[in-house]
Amino acid sequence: MRRSLCLMLGAVAALSAPAADLVIQNAKILTVTKGRLDGAIHIRDGRIVEVAPKILVPAGAEVLDAAGMYVMPGIVDCHSHIASESINEGSVSVSSMVGIEDVVDPDDISIYRALAGGVTTANILHGSANAIGGKCQVLKMRWGKDAAGLKFAGAKPGIKFALGENPKRRGQQAAFGATTLRYPATRMGVEDVIREAFLDAKRYQAEWKSYRARPAGRVAPRRDLKLEALVDVLEGQRLVHAHCYRADEILMLIRLADEQGFKIKTFQHVLEGYKVAKEIAAHGGGASTFSDWWAYKVEAYDATPYNAAIMHKRGVLVSLNSDSGELMRHLNNEAAKAVKYGRVSEDDALAMVTINAARQMEIDARIGSIEPGKDADLALFDGHPLSNYAKVQKVFIDGQLYFDRQKDLAQRAERSTRRKVLLEKQKKPQDDPGRRGPGRRAE
Amino acid sequence: MKRHLVTFLAFCLAITAGPQDTFLIRDVTLHPVSGPDIPLTSVFVEDGIVADVGPKLAVPKGTKVVDGKGLHLYPGMIDSATTLGMAEIGAVRETTDVAELGDFNPQLRALVAVNPSSEHLPVARANGITSAIALPSGGIIAGQAGLMHLDGWTWEDMDIKRSAAMHLRFPTISLQADESMGRRGADTPASFSEGKRRYDETLQKLRIFFEDARRYQKAKAAGGAGFTVDRKLEAMLPVLEGKQPVMVTAGRKRAIADALDFAKRENLKIILAGCREFTPELLKEIKARGVPVILPETLALPLDEDDPYDALFTIPSQLHREGILFAFATFDSSAVRNLPYQAAAAVPFGLEREDALKAVTLNAAKIWGVEDRVGSVDKGKWADLVLADGDLLETKTQIKQMWMRGRSVDLSTRHTKLADKYASRPD
Repeated sequence: MRRSLCLMLGAVAALSAPAADLVIQNAKILTVTKGRLDGAIHIRDGRIVEVAPKILVPAGAEVLDAAGMYVMPGIVDCHSHIASESINEGSVSVSSMVGIEDVVDPDDISIYRALAGGVTTANILHGSANAIGGKCQVLKMRWGKDAAGLKFAGAKPGIKFALGENPKRRGQQAAFGATTLRYPATRMGVEDVIREAFLDAKRYQAEWKSYRARPAGRVAPRRDLKLEALVDVLEGQRLVHAHCYRADEILMLIRLADEQGFKIKTFQHVLEGYKVAKEIAAHGGGASTFSDWWAYKVEAYDATPYNAAIMHKRGVLVSLNSDSGELMRHLNNEAAKAVKYGRVSEDDALAMVTINAARQMEIDARIGSIEPGKDADLALFDGHPLSNYAKVQKVFIDGQLYFDRQKDLAQRAERSTRRKVLLEKQKKPQDDPGRRGPGRRAE
Repeated sequence: MKRHLVTFLAFCLAITAGPQDTFLIRDVTLHPVSGPDIPLTSVFVEDGIVADVGPKLAVPKGTKVVDGKGLHLYPGMIDSATTLGMAEIGAVRETTDVAELGDFNPQLRALVAVNPSSEHLPVARANGITSAIALPSGGIIAGQAGLMHLDGWTWEDMDIKRSAAMHLRFPTISLQADESMGRRGADTPASFSEGKRRYDETLQKLRIFFEDARRYQKAKAAGGAGFTVDRKLEAMLPVLEGKQPVMVTAGRKRAIADALDFAKRENLKIILAGCREFTPELLKEIKARGVPVILPETLALPLDEDDPYDALFTIPSQLHREGILFAFATFDSSAVRNLPYQAAAAVPFGLEREDALKAVTLNAAKIWGVEDRVGSVDKGKWADLVLADGDLLETKTQIKQMWMRGRSVDLSTRHTKLADKYASRPD
């Protein structure tokens, strides 16, 4: 049912597209996976069909002259909390029964602001209040669409884990308004919670396996939504994105995952990843880190901005994330920090905010580079995106224009007039007694 | 004659300045900031002071030469509001000395709480920041901001101007939820009228405090027998006498307007700071009254949901167009190294590169009244120099070498040391 709804919405979007063919001409194209190419991109039905120095414009195609502009793949953020009504279900130590999928907020202005910074896809994660958190939701920044329309159809599901100071905080001080402490209070306890949860999940998995093998005459096991998500992890159907800081806890989680038979897809933040890069690479885990944040808490005191470069050199798949509605707007500048700190090549630096993040969400067959067959998710800059002097001019998702700076500028006067009118309306005394105006609000 | 004088001075300064403080940087592209860029020139530093600039300089035999070919030379940058040395680890109370208890603490001096061994200092320095304001920020009058040189064994060594400004955190009516917490702070007023009541009360307290200070000033001048020293009010005298500017932080246009009114009524010399919102009228008034402005991070979210996405990116260019003297600041400790990028972020939104650079160098020095010593590469000024392989405001640029008052700066930091240590871990 849900699948068919998605397909239907997809069809509606395609119908409303202005032209089936779009050719972006005269652009400096940063493909990320195949170097730079000066030429054109041919987009049909929301997909890239050709990238070449010269493209014959098909009859009826829309043409965009991008002279002087750089085109890069839409930026992909592997760690964000925007467009979500709530973030932390922190009352329990394992909250894998909840998920961002149910609380997507399509009206969050952060979506538009992220778009204006060239972001086209983001991994919306549950918070870090518990050792095993809620499920993630991958969104495309299709500003204007409803919650279902934002979701990245076909993206592999994910789940948030968290280690260190955040998950143990409620074991050390009670939550606001609460009187009791919540286990765990130490890094030892964090390991214990995760191990216990996976042992439970395996028993649950076995119960279902046994039932499915011989269902006749038996009552199906009681469904457990908390454990179902973890069975997904065990079966490789759900990606684990684990918030972590210190080398010891990173190594602990790798060994625990090995023991229980699952993989950590990404280590998030992972500020001490550079200390155990070898072990992360051997596990096949990715690292999604900040470019240069440090010292905001004890576990962030051994951070170094060379982290991304060191892990990259040791063979870890590295992305740079935002975890912030503000930072998200200039991840291209964050990528430049990987060049500064550790001399990562420009292509590899751009990969850290595009294809690498897409790989970490296993959607790299769809997005993350400018290649035929991929979704036409593109960001057009008026300078090289690794320069602090460049800004985003246009952003396409699925071949459709979702951000246009010139359009944004042109609409400002009208928007500001509309705002004034609304504010005036609000000031006037209201006839409607049921209205909760500022003057009537109960105090 | 001049050579003799220089030699003589060098002899006098030999105790404080060693021979390593005298050198020539040759064939460099110089960005003096005070004037246009000069390609392929040389800078002679003698005893920590910029002694001469020109393509062909006569220097004493044996002077150490630094090859600047292909490189760019800039003055060290100034961050006009930081908590450098005052806050080590944000979340650990024991390591922060930024906000004191109480509403009025003009007697407090930020500089005495600056830990010269803080790991944040070398990190900031290694990206070209050589001077910074240490800003206290508790209560209403938070204390005295000090301008420091980011190098020294003690805070006394670092002292450029220990009472650079009195910090007044102008009261505001705030009903904003604390976005970082995703919920209303415990202290958030429940309604506008409650917020307004609290605001009026606070403003009244502030007026009374200034009135008390003026009465104290008169009493002191009269010198009656019953006069006793009050340390808080005594600390206000330089402010009342116009000798010390008041750095007034006010974010929103309403607070800025109120702060300007207050300053007019109290006849104060002010520097506005942390401003995030202006109206054309406010800009005109700020210009007309010659008030300088310290801007917070350019890379910041708009204040309101319906503001343009680039609302904060365009503020520096608005100020520049109006002819207002302004400088950038991070209001932070760990992010001070990103000061040049905060300046650069205003460039795609209308600010010229030269003006962005000025706002982290010479214009900051002017605001703090130290342009005779720092802020540009000019004869007679301190040799606070940054040698880079490109544009100082671009992230990719690497800093090759630095000097502060002519002393070579160690560019290693906690971050490079950790990186070096673990990069050498065997495979």
